[in-house]
Amino acid sequence: MSYLSIEHLDKSFVRGNLASQVLKDINLNIAKGEFISIIGHSGCGKSTVLNIVAGLLDPSLGGVILDGKEVRGPGPDRSMVFQNHSLLPWLTVYENVEVAVNKLFKRSMGKRERRDWIEHNLALVNMSHALKKYPQEISGGMKQRVGIARALAMKPKVLLLDEPFGALDALTRAHLQDEVMKIQKDLGNTMMMITHDVDEAVLLSDRIVMMTNGPSATIGEILEVKLPRPRDRIALAADPEYNHYRRAVLSFLHERHRLH
Amino acid sequence: MNANVKLQPANAEPASIARPSRLASLARRSGRYAAQQLVPPLVILLVLGVIWEMLCSGANAALPPPSQVVAETWELIIDPFYDNGGNDVGLAWQLLASLQRVAVGYVLAVVAGVALGVLIGQSDWAMRGLDPIFQVLRTVPPLAWLPLSLAGFQDSHPSALFVIFITAIWPIIINTAVGIRNIPQDYRNVAQVLQLNGLEYFKTIMLPAAAPYIFTGLRIGVGLSWLAIIAAEMLIGGVGIGFFIWDAWNASRISDIILALVYIGVVGFVLDRLVAFVGQRITRGIPAN
Repeated sequence: MSYLSIEHLDKSFVRGNLASQVLKDINLNIAKGEFISIIGHSGCGKSTVLNIVAGLLDPSLGGVILDGKEVRGPGPDRSMVFQNHSLLPWLTVYENVEVAVNKLFKRSMGKRERRDWIEHNLALVNMSHALKKYPQEISGGMKQRVGIARALAMKPKVLLLDEPFGALDALTRAHLQDEVMKIQKDLGNTMMMITHDVDEAVLLSDRIVMMTNGPSATIGEILEVKLPRPRDRIALAADPEYNHYRRAVLSFLHERHRLH
Repeated sequence: MNANVKLQPANAEPASIARPSRLASLARRSGRYAAQQLVPPLVILLVLGVIWEMLCSGANAALPPPSQVVAETWELIIDPFYDNGGNDVGLAWQLLASLQRVAVGYVLAVVAGVALGVLIGQSDWAMRGLDPIFQVLRTVPPLAWLPLSLAGFQDSHPSALFVIFITAIWPIIINTAVGIRNIPQDYRNVAQVLQLNGLEYFKTIMLPAAAPYIFTGLRIGVGLSWLAIIAAEMLIGGVGIGFFIWDAWNASRISDIILALVYIGVVGFVLDRLVAFVGQRITRGIPAN
């Protein structure tokens, strides 16, 4: 049984008399603990898919079912890591996670337990050294770590990542990718990530969902990545199988569904 | 410290050398800062004073020169707290009376202004309904409200408070509304994912996100209310720095007027800096988005 299923999803944006169809008939089943990437050219509506799963947008037709329940509106069971981190600049690193934890677990956890949980999640992303820093005092990569800690601290059923490393430099990005892989291995989270980076998709994913170009974008192909875990980026660089997957995604994006 | 020095004599010497030189360099740096920041305005002030003295020293000059101003107002300067009953009180009491009016009217304006700003920032309907009215009303000069409020309140004291209120409220409303409209979608998304309720959203997202804008409005508002109270007091009388000026004019005490102007300027400056300082502390210097 699938844990998260997206069924016959259509999305049109209507402005006045003009309706433009962005997504058409998206169907996807995701198992518990699976890591899914959605890749496609910019403007193909991949972020729209994620926003619908998050509940920030309503589908025009079809729907999303998570753990047997239909998604209606946003909720902490589908926590999101935003591309631009979306930390609140007037709160410290600790307080940014605390806002989420206090809201969600005020009744179920004691004060001390909540504090430990916040610190635990920040330790997971190696941010224990900067609990009292403000977002403007830390680097972009660190902000994104805090964003990940905040999302993890919500104990989500599925973690949604919207181009989480897109704004980071290549070295920081690689570092964070490794950390996300480690966290997913340890915690077994179900994750759904939007990306436009082919290497990132192959390295992290169990399956890569490749989208056709819009308007009326849909899923063109789904590639199962059967590389054994844990995956090591240096060993994989020379691995023929890895390069086979990489080539498959590249050929989808740049030969069959090139942007005109 | 001493014990350390004895145990590690090798370290003692450089430390004892470093200390006084650091102090000295601090003193030198703060001295240089004072020289850079304080000397130019003092020089200009002196030059302007000399020009003023020369221009007004003639036998038939209409305005007194600075030396005469100081001589004639010396009693007011050295004893700001005298109280001979009625309106005949020291300048400190006059200023405090005005400040008290400003404080009451301004606080009312802050509360009502932020509340209305939140309303029109949050609701499109309220925005469409209220914004045109506000845009017209805010151009009405403060003193034009005075006769109407005197007629309405039948008393000068609440009328003065009302004039301050109505003067200060517009920039507060408008800036608060702009701040709330400009809350980034990111923060709204965070609030939605966390399912914050109205009050939680107001406290954790809305107020802090809009704070830089709100404080811009508060700062403009406090400046305007200080402008308005001086003018209003000239008309309504009683104790207050505005009426002090009017009284001095009627008694041809031009030097008193000049002294009062200096005090008004300084108080206005302090009020502005005070609000700016509070804003700086609360927003911790985070710029408006």
